[in-house]
Amino acid sequence: MLAEKLSVTHQLSEELSKISGKASFMPSSEIGKALQYLEEHGIPNNKQEEYKYCNTEAIIRKEFKSLNGKEIPASKDLKNRYYVGGAYNLYLVNGRFLEQQSEIPAKTMITSIEEVPGAELQKHLSAYAKSDGDAFAALNTAYADRGLFIKIEAGALIEKAIIVHHVYTTKDSFFFNARNLFVIEKNAQVRITEAFYPATGKNFLNNLTEVFTGEHAQVNHCQVQNAGNSFYGVDTLAVSQNRCSNYSHSVFTFSGALVRNNVAVALNEEFSECHLNGLTLSKNQQVVDHHTLVDHQKPNCQSNELYKGVADGRSMLTFNGQIFVEKDAQKTNAYQSSKNILLSDDATVNAKPELEIYANDVKCSHGTSTGKVDENALFYLKARGIGEESARKLLLHAFAHEVIGKVADHDTAAFVEILFENSLN
Amino acid sequence: MLSVKNLQAEINGKKILNGINLEVKAGEVHAIMGPNGSGKSTLSAVLAGREDYDVTGGEVLFNGKDLLELAPEDRAREGLFLAFQYPVEIPGVSNVNFLRTALNEIRTYRGQPAIEAKEFLALIKEKQQLVELDAKLTGRSVNEGFSGGEKKRNEIFQMAVLNPKLAILDETDSGLDIDALRIVANGVNKLKSKDNATIVITHYQRLLDYIVPDFVHILYKGKIVRSGGKELAFELEEKGYDEIKKKYDIAEV
Repeated sequence: MLAEKLSVTHQLSEELSKISGKASFMPSSEIGKALQYLEEHGIPNNKQEEYKYCNTEAIIRKEFKSLNGKEIPASKDLKNRYYVGGAYNLYLVNGRFLEQQSEIPAKTMITSIEEVPGAELQKHLSAYAKSDGDAFAALNTAYADRGLFIKIEAGALIEKAIIVHHVYTTKDSFFFNARNLFVIEKNAQVRITEAFYPATGKNFLNNLTEVFTGEHAQVNHCQVQNAGNSFYGVDTLAVSQNRCSNYSHSVFTFSGALVRNNVAVALNEEFSECHLNGLTLSKNQQVVDHHTLVDHQKPNCQSNELYKGVADGRSMLTFNGQIFVEKDAQKTNAYQSSKNILLSDDATVNAKPELEIYANDVKCSHGTSTGKVDENALFYLKARGIGEESARKLLLHAFAHEVIGKVADHDTAAFVEILFENSLN
Repeated sequence: MLSVKNLQAEINGKKILNGINLEVKAGEVHAIMGPNGSGKSTLSAVLAGREDYDVTGGEVLFNGKDLLELAPEDRAREGLFLAFQYPVEIPGVSNVNFLRTALNEIRTYRGQPAIEAKEFLALIKEKQQLVELDAKLTGRSVNEGFSGGEKKRNEIFQMAVLNPKLAILDETDSGLDIDALRIVANGVNKLKSKDNATIVITHYQRLLDYIVPDFVHILYKGKIVRSGGKELAFELEEKGYDEIKKKYDIAEV
C-alpha cells in the first residue's frame, strides 16, 4: 500500500519540481523536514483516520496524474467583475498577488509572499503550521511558489473590510501550492474576507495560511469557497493567538468537487477568545470535509464553534472537531456544536466531535445533530398558505442564518446570503 | 361553507374518526367538545391537511370544493385557518417575514398583487392591538421563547392578519390564565362577521363563556354523539363526560 502511495507522491513531487521548483522563501531546513515527511508518509488516502472520508491520494492519482495545465493571463478589468464598494479590494490571480490593481490600506504591509523581507517572515513562517505534521502542509512547505502576505501594524484600526478576490484562470490540470501569512500585530483590528470564485480549468489548490494575532488584536476572517465543480482543494489554516486576542473565522462552502479544510487554532496565551463558524451547502457528488482543532494551552481562554451543513444529492459532508484542553488550561470555556440537514436519501453526513480534556476546572460542551427539515415547522408554514418550496427555503434560510448572522462585515454577509440562495435553486 | 359527511380517518392503522357529520354555515360558531382521546385534535388535523393521518372514507366540501384533495397550503389559501394547540417554534424566521410571505402567497393564489410595505405595516399594527400582542414579539422569530399565552395570542394575531373564512381553534384555551383567555376570546369575537365561521374545539366549557357558540357538538370515540345549542355545554359542565361515556359505552356493547 505504502509503495503505491509513494509512487503517487513521487510523481506529484517530480511534476511540482518541474513547474515551480522548491519554495524560494522557505528556509531549507523546513523544506528538508517536509520532504522527509512526504517520503515517509506519502499523500493520505482513506486508510488514514484523518482522511477517512476524503481520499486525496485517489483524486491525485486519477485527476492530477500529469500536470499539463497552463495559466491564462487574467483580463485587466478585474475591478469591473469583482469589486466591493467601501472596502479595500485585493486581487490574486491563480494565487499570485496583483499589486497594481489592488487597494492597500495605510498602516499595513500587503505584498506577494516571495517579496517579503526575510526578517518579517522569519518570526512567523512555518511557526504555526508544522512542516512535518500533514502531507499537504509538507507539500506546501516544499513547493509553494506564490501567496499573499498581510501585516496589520500595531494599533492600526482598519475600518473598512479587506476583501481578497481569488480568481483562477487556467487551462487543463493544474496544481497550486499557495502560501499565505497574515500577521496582525498587537492592538490592531481588521476584517478580512477571502472570496474564491469559480475556476475555469481543473485545479487542485493546496492553500496554506498562517495567522498570528498579537496581544489584544481583533480579527474577523471569512472564507467564501465557491470555486466551482472542477475545483479540488485542501485549505489549511493555522492560527496562533497571543494574549487577550480575539479571532473569529467563518467558512462558507458552496461548491468544489473536493474541499478539505484543516483549521487549527492554538490559544497560546491567557484571556484569548476564538470563534469558528462554518456553513456548507453540498450537492451532486461533492465531498466536503471540515477538520477543526482548537488547542487550549493556557488558562482563561474561550472558544466557541458552530458548524452547520445542508447536504443534498449524493454529496458527503464531514465535520470532525477536536478540542484539546491541556493540563495548564484551567478556567477554559470551550463549546462546540454541529448541526446538519439532509435533503436527500443519498447524501451522507459524518459528524465527529473529539474532546480531550486534561485540566480539571473547565466548562466544555459539544453537541451534534443530523436530520431532515423539521416536518412540524414545515406543516405550520404550509397551514398558513406558504407553498412547499417556499416553506422549505424559508426554513433552510433560517437554519443558515444562525451562521451568516455571525459575520461582522455586512457586505460579506449579503454576498454569502446571495450565494446560499442561488445554491438552493 | 363547510360540509363534512361520514368522515373516517386513521393513524398507523388505528381508527380515530368513525364517521363525522358536520355542517357549518357562514356567520356561525360551532363548538366541538369531548373527553381526551375522542378525536377532537384529529378532526382539526385532518381538516387542515396533516399528512400523518389517512382519510379512509367520507368527504369534506369547503365552499363547494373537495377539501381533502387540496394540499395544506391550498386549503389555507382557500380561506381555512387552524389555530394550533401547540404552535411551533421556528428559530430564524421572523414573525413579520413569515406573515408577509404567507399573506402574499395567499394573495397570489387569489390573483391579487403583493401587499405594499406601508399597507402591511399598518395591518400588522392594527391587528397587534386586537390581541394586545407586544410589538417586540412580532419582530422576533416565530414563537421562539414565547410564553404559552403569547403563543396562543400569536395564533389569533396571525388569524387576524390572514382573515380566513373558516377558523378552527384547536384547544386554544388550554394553558391560558383567565386574563389571556379573555384577550384571546375578545380577539376572536371582534373578528367574527356574517361572512366567516368559527369552529371552537375544547375540552372545557370555560372558553364558551367568552365565545358563545350557536351549536355545540359532543365528540366521543370518533363520532358526534350529540348536538344542540349552547345549553348543551352547560349540561356537560354540570354532569361531566361520565354520563355520555356510560351511555355510549353501553350502546356499543
